[in-house]
Amino acid sequence: MVEAQLAVRDLHGWYGESHVLHGMSFDVYAGEVVTLLGRNGAGKTSTMRAVMGMLPKRQGSVHFEGKELIRLKSDRIARQGLAYCPEERGIFASLNVRENLVLPPKVKDGGLSIEQIYVLFPNLKERGNSQGTKLSGGEQQMLAIARILRTGAKLLLLDEPTEGLAPVIVQQIGNTIRKLREQGFTILLVEQNFRFAGTVADRHYVVEHGKVVDMIPNSAIERNGEKLKSYLGV
Amino acid sequence: MFELIGVPPQALFAQLLLGLINGAFYSLLSLGLAVIFGLMNVINFAHGAQYMMGAFCAWMLLNYLGVPYWGALVLSPLVIGLFGILLERVLISRLYDVDHLYGLLLTFGLALIIEGLFRKQYGSSGLPYANPIPGGANLGFMFLPWYRAWVVAFSLFVCLGTWFVVEKTQLGSYLRAATERPELVQAFGINVPRMITLTYGFGVGLAALGGVLAAPIYSVNPVMGANLIIVVFAVVVIGGMGSIMGSIVTGFGLGVIEGFTKVFYPEASNTVIFVIMAVVLMVRPQGLYGTPR
Amino acid sequence: MSMSRNWRTLGIAAMVLLGLGAPLVIYPVFLMNVLCFALFACAFNLLIGYVGLLSFGHAMFFGFASYLCAHGVKEWGWDPLVGIAAGTAVAVALGVIAGAIAIRRQGIYFAMVTLALAQMVYFFCLQARFTGGEDGIQGVPRRHILGLLDIANDLILYYVVLVIFAAGFLLVYRTIHSPFGQVLKAIRENETRAMSLGYAVDRFKLIAFVLSAGLSGLAGATKAIVFQLASLTDVSWQMSGEVVLMTLLGGMGTIFGPVIGAALIVSMQNYLASLDEWVVVIQGVIFVAAVLLFRRGIVGETIVLLARRCQRQAAGLEGSIVVESAALDRRLTSVAP
Repeated sequence: MVEAQLAVRDLHGWYGESHVLHGMSFDVYAGEVVTLLGRNGAGKTSTMRAVMGMLPKRQGSVHFEGKELIRLKSDRIARQGLAYCPEERGIFASLNVRENLVLPPKVKDGGLSIEQIYVLFPNLKERGNSQGTKLSGGEQQMLAIARILRTGAKLLLLDEPTEGLAPVIVQQIGNTIRKLREQGFTILLVEQNFRFAGTVADRHYVVEHGKVVDMIPNSAIERNGEKLKSYLGV
Repeated sequence: MFELIGVPPQALFAQLLLGLINGAFYSLLSLGLAVIFGLMNVINFAHGAQYMMGAFCAWMLLNYLGVPYWGALVLSPLVIGLFGILLERVLISRLYDVDHLYGLLLTFGLALIIEGLFRKQYGSSGLPYANPIPGGANLGFMFLPWYRAWVVAFSLFVCLGTWFVVEKTQLGSYLRAATERPELVQAFGINVPRMITLTYGFGVGLAALGGVLAAPIYSVNPVMGANLIIVVFAVVVIGGMGSIMGSIVTGFGLGVIEGFTKVFYPEASNTVIFVIMAVVLMVRPQGLYGTPR
Repeated sequence: MSMSRNWRTLGIAAMVLLGLGAPLVIYPVFLMNVLCFALFACAFNLLIGYVGLLSFGHAMFFGFASYLCAHGVKEWGWDPLVGIAAGTAVAVALGVIAGAIAIRRQGIYFAMVTLALAQMVYFFCLQARFTGGEDGIQGVPRRHILGLLDIANDLILYYVVLVIFAAGFLLVYRTIHSPFGQVLKAIRENETRAMSLGYAVDRFKLIAFVLSAGLSGLAGATKAIVFQLASLTDVSWQMSGEVVLMTLLGGMGTIFGPVIGAALIVSMQNYLASLDEWVVVIQGVIFVAAVLLFRRGIVGETIVLLARRCQRQAAGLEGSIVVESAALDRRLTSVAP
């Protein structure tokens, strides 16, 4: 049996006093695109932040390529080869586009070169000297994804990359994710939009109340449409 | 010789130079404060004490170890910067999760301790420090002492160097990004706590460098930093701590304004910066270069 | 609620008894010194403890009022009470000006702005003719109050000062427990929300600032009469720092904390006066220790300790002090930018 690249077991997490993750368990295999689906406040973003070591208090086990991450600080976790693209994109206003792009340090060999990134996202090349936050929402999202491709990280954690974007931009992002998959990246995706998720992912974990309640392979997503609708409350 | 509004030009240029010197110290100190504040949200009240320690360190290096001024110019900021790093690691870092006012109170307490200890040991009358480059040039309209010219030029160089590092290098982009969202920068694989520690050390080192530069001009005195730091706070409020270049421009500019006030209305020279602060607060509360929030 | 009220009544009763009886055993001038600083600290606490504004320039009100009172009584032959009233009035006026400028910034900036404004007042006092420069105003006569009370007698003056302190303390107490005080607390907890509820936040802050400034002036003017002296010390930044220390040590946002903090610091200065420079060092050490080890101050930490014990004894019965002190703790320990 192949060992999962990322194996999360019984992950608990807290923001201050409030207990937000109640024993998340899931696997992501190398080269897969896997989504965490769920309603607002189900604990999807918290799961990503917990994996990245950004929750102040967490318990359980996060194995990445056989190494335990739960006790590492987030900069050490990133250096193992995980990269995080936050929900609000996290583009820095005091940095221009190019500075934003080259901000994350290289953590492993094998990341994309700047040229390869510009092939994927031609807009960014033209806007290199603009202030990061002057870009449109879609461009900011592209930039947020682009900058973590340079680092050599193998596992990308993308938190709702389609949120608040126009359908045509959402399509572009879908294309990008499929291309990244072809290039060998593993991707963990947080989504609320299961129709979009169905166009890019291999498997879907459904999250409720800080726990995984179901796993649906993409091939079965049509059959489970009604069930998913009730999970997501749409 | 011509006269300007009844003021002899010698006096005017002498005060302009003095203003630039003061401005150099305002800039060096407010720059350090701004960099520290940006990353740590702590106003370093001990900044004046650390400036004083820089001057004393130079004095001790000379009188106990025979290290000349030029050696002290490098060593003193390093030693005092390391002391700052120790302070940050042992004490200040415990306060990042609580209200920022506690950082102010803690560093105020540290300033009292440091200044009290130095006063206990060295009295408050001040110790002389010989001018390393005596002499000067007669420019016709004024006499320019070499050392003072050196202080202005070197401070400007250090300030602009800091600006360059922060605004134009990769290290600087880490710093700017971490000022905005430290937790995200850390999740990119950068050891932000270590960066904070080093930044504090750097800011403290800048203050100490100011102290070394000041030693041959003013006497080395345990209270030399205490009054200066309050003026620097006003400078920082006027500038707004939003931009590095803003700190530099505000520092030198206010030094010059203060110098001119000494010529035209000496009674107000001590208070002019505070008056400007009050006016700026009424017109533009976030400061000249600050962003409203 | 009733439990915390009981504690408060007990505290006030103890203070009244202590205040009345203390001069029988303790040197009255020392006690008057404590009372002046206790009033000063209570006035300061009104801002930091109940509005969340840290002023680092309160010496400007304390010191300037003391100058005006001393000058009026000495040079213009004022009745001491007129001097004290005039000192208070000028502190109020200064408070309006300084407050209007300072409340335009919050948090750390507010502290820096007040510090700088106070330094401006300091330089004014250093240069102005009526203040006597480095010497200050010495030998302020202790004239009969209203031609009747002979305050040259320390004991009589002590009771006058006690009445002034009690009046000031009660004013602070009433303010905190009035609807106005509730709004102040709401502003401290969450300024944006208070604003969205329709409160003119800046006006509330300014009124609190002016009240605090006036009471600081009352304390400073009274001190000028007691010591027959007004000097630069009282208007210096060190004095601003001292009142912060007293309040921090006793407990910010507690009723009795500032009084206890003032008593401790004044006693320390009194008994360690011979060590001169060390006093400053010790003050610095107390600052550092208080910030790192007992942020709620002596009274605040005691309240929490007692409340925890009560909770353990009668689980489920949560005293309002717990809530109140926890709320303060939250504000002072969790405000993020």
